[in-house]
Amino acid sequence: MSLLSARTVDYRIDRIPILDGIDFHVETGELIGLIGPNGAGKSSLLRLLTGITIPDRGEVYLDGEPLSKISLQQRARSLGYLVQGAEAHWPFSVEKVVGLGRMPYQKWWQRPGREDQLKIEQAMIKTETLAYRNRIVTTLSGGEQTLVMLARIFATENQVILADEPVAALDPYHQLHVMEILRQHASEQRAAVVVLHDLSLAARFCDRLYLLSHGRLDCSGPAGEVLTTDNIARVYGVDSRIECSEQGVSVIPLTRISEHHP
Amino acid sequence: MNLAALDARLLHAILLAALMLTMLLVLNVGAIDIDLGRAITDAWGRKTSVESLILLEIRLPRILLATLVGATLGLAGAALQGLLRNPLAEPGIIGVSNGAALGAVIVFYYGLAGAAWFVLPLAGLAGALLAVLCIFALVGQSRSIITLILAGVAINAIGGALIALALNYAASPYAMQEIVFWLLGSVANRSFTEVYIALPFMIFGWAMMLYCGRFLNALTLGEETARSLGFDVARLRLVLILGVAASVGAAVAVAGNIGFIGLVVPHLVRPFVGYEPRRLLLASASVGAILLLLADLAVQSLSGTTEMKLGVITSLVGAPFFLLLILKSRNTLQ
Repeated sequence: MSLLSARTVDYRIDRIPILDGIDFHVETGELIGLIGPNGAGKSSLLRLLTGITIPDRGEVYLDGEPLSKISLQQRARSLGYLVQGAEAHWPFSVEKVVGLGRMPYQKWWQRPGREDQLKIEQAMIKTETLAYRNRIVTTLSGGEQTLVMLARIFATENQVILADEPVAALDPYHQLHVMEILRQHASEQRAAVVVLHDLSLAARFCDRLYLLSHGRLDCSGPAGEVLTTDNIARVYGVDSRIECSEQGVSVIPLTRISEHHP
Repeated sequence: MNLAALDARLLHAILLAALMLTMLLVLNVGAIDIDLGRAITDAWGRKTSVESLILLEIRLPRILLATLVGATLGLAGAALQGLLRNPLAEPGIIGVSNGAALGAVIVFYYGLAGAAWFVLPLAGLAGALLAVLCIFALVGQSRSIITLILAGVAINAIGGALIALALNYAASPYAMQEIVFWLLGSVANRSFTEVYIALPFMIFGWAMMLYCGRFLNALTLGEETARSLGFDVARLRLVLILGVAASVGAAVAVAGNIGFIGLVVPHLVRPFVGYEPRRLLLASASVGAILLLLADLAVQSLSGTTEMKLGVITSLVGAPFFLLLILKSRNTLQ
């Protein structure tokens, strides 16, 4: 039984199909990459998987149980969602932002207790954000803010983390840091699903990739099967070179295929 | 100084003490100087004297109303600014203020205000209720917060237009003056009747808004994240709007439109609660009550032959003060 799965889900906005018959599953221990061109439906699929939006057809299952049958609070404990370009609207301290990750465990009259404080600190240690726990989150750099938002998710101790382009707009150091943290999370008998545009990072860190195109699943499997020059040319509309070395896989886009816009 | 480190319970204790002191201070002030000690002794002993009558029939309802209305405006302002994540939101934005005002204006227009003691506040409440129903009907199943704001703006505009119409065709200059003065907002010459009528709606509204406190904290990271944290965003949004509508509708129904308290107070309080929307709620209620009591004190001290209206002084002081706050805090708020 898969940890989290979607069976032939459709999703439409104003009758325009966004996703069409997608099958998806992630197993314990896996780090999954969702890749595809802009507008392929990666973010929409991620939102369906978190239960933030509801599919028009098909169903999402968590541990074999339909997501619609699971309470919002239980879902919040199991699935952590990192929105694209996450930011705080009020000038919260870092620690307070991370503390929001404990909300799925608190009733409305409860105040954070000792256990909450412990989890908050562990999450900040894991993401190396403990040093600026008292800083105001809106004054941090983009990379630091992403790490704080990840710490917020770790404080919840979710089974599955679903992150929408967490490494977009980050420098190489922070890109590697974020991917390593997610890899680590998956290896602790949990799992993570990440939307990525950087195909080299996807190839290096992810166990399997789902390549989406125009709301359909083009192909899926280990990086070596999905990331071929043929697939990249067909879906992205670019010629590319794929280099494999002991340090990892690099996908280098070369030229646009002019008459083929994806 | 690290303001955010101020302990939550300590802050509420300080604010509550300040509120009590302010109420005592304002209790001392009125058109006639009375011996407050004697008034209290007489009132306690159920002995009818001029002092005890002034205390029980004039001053007590007045300061109670100022406290309730001020607390409502502060709380509703904090709740709406948290919901919309916009520091420029104020309680009137959802249209319920003008709805309540319109209800009251219609009563004045037809000269019914004197018919019975309950006509004016009940008409105000009915107007507020109508405005909320219109907004819920307009917003319907829409999930967009923008739709909600635009519906509020539209309802406000319709209410304003109908009030203008009533002023235009007012039967006499006296009726017109009555309407305008009422619209300016005041807690003078009120009785316990107004308190009893407004209080249940206010308590209901406060409870709704305070219940949404945790939801407002989660909203700091956006609606999608709040939902992923386990909050039913659509339902809680309606709960909060209903809370604002019930309490602000009742406040306007008994005291008219009193501006700037709901807008300014949350700004004032935010640094002291670490910008946390949940903790902002109660603190804003206390500060709103204190400020409106002080404003009413100023009204009573400054008024000459013509009484200055409470809404006039809150706007006169509130608007420049708001400008100052924005200039000071433009670096923290983006």
